[in-house]
Amino acid sequence: MSDRRREFLSGARDTLPLLLGAFPFGMIYGALAVPSGLSPAATMAMSALVFAGASQFIAVGLVAAHTPVAIIVATTFIVNLRHMLYSATLLPHLKQLPQRWRAPLAFWLTDETFAVAVRRYARKDSANSAHWYQLGSSIAMYVNWQFWTLLGMIVGDRIPDASSWGLDVAMPVTFIGMIIPFVKTIPMAVCILTAGAAGLLTLGLPYKLGILASALAGIAAGMAAERARRKPKGARAA
Amino acid sequence: MTAAEVLMILGMTGVTFGVRYFLFALAERVRMAPWIEASLKFIPPAVLSAIILPAVLLPRGEWEISLSNPYLVAAVVTTAAGVMTRNLLATIAIGLFAFFAYRLIAFTF
Repeated sequence: MSDRRREFLSGARDTLPLLLGAFPFGMIYGALAVPSGLSPAATMAMSALVFAGASQFIAVGLVAAHTPVAIIVATTFIVNLRHMLYSATLLPHLKQLPQRWRAPLAFWLTDETFAVAVRRYARKDSANSAHWYQLGSSIAMYVNWQFWTLLGMIVGDRIPDASSWGLDVAMPVTFIGMIIPFVKTIPMAVCILTAGAAGLLTLGLPYKLGILASALAGIAAGMAAERARRKPKGARAA
Repeated sequence: MTAAEVLMILGMTGVTFGVRYFLFALAERVRMAPWIEASLKFIPPAVLSAIILPAVLLPRGEWEISLSNPYLVAAVVTTAAGVMTRNLLATIAIGLFAFFAYRLIAFTF
């Protein structure tokens, strides 16, 4: 088996657990969209073209509340700003690739593929074809998302109360699973606790701005904790 | 699809792809300061944590810190499963199972 093929397949394989987390998430999006006022074609088009779970959910909620298109687009922008932070992290590993690679990998960049790919890039072995690993993860996520959106739409049509099943629990459960491998140092724990607390305190902010503000607070706290730890122990007062 | 839907989807596609592609497109022309590079590793856990806590503690928009909140119970079980198994698939499966099992029990009795 060629290097590329092996990378592609192991990228897809390592994404399997996250497909399980994305399935109820995709289903509830599909099941909620049409009753919220989105046409079936628009529901599928959004999954196929926007391909961003959290902002698709929020858009559906805003459609149901008859929000103007300009505000829905602006909210999508803010909720997805975190992807710029992801692309900044991946940039050192991708900048030698041609644009015909960078553009599709950017289109398919999700929380899940980021979390999987960043761990692959951290290993230095055969880094020349590691982008095939990210491609494998991306395509697995994409196909999975389209499939469950469609199925959610069909199920939602047949079973009107499917939206009350609590399938939205899939998002926190998946994200908790993704966050645990990060918790290895004190600064990282400080960052996570601060961001979480700030997330609760900023719920009143409009258009999900709280997510961005809380992430910045968490990052700042983590960096401050790291800096405090690096100070020499002898600096303590005698 | 209505004209407003086409507009909404094109707009959402444009801003989402724009945000994801911006830095990749500029790659050669971007140089990051060392402190920015040092901050990158904190980004994913910070974003995820800011989404998780409100989703778990206020699942329906109101504070629910009690055993009758299945989202909170599932989050605690998921965390314990994650720490113990160190296996993502097992963690997510246990978390989802805990949620639906707990809800079934809580609604039945």
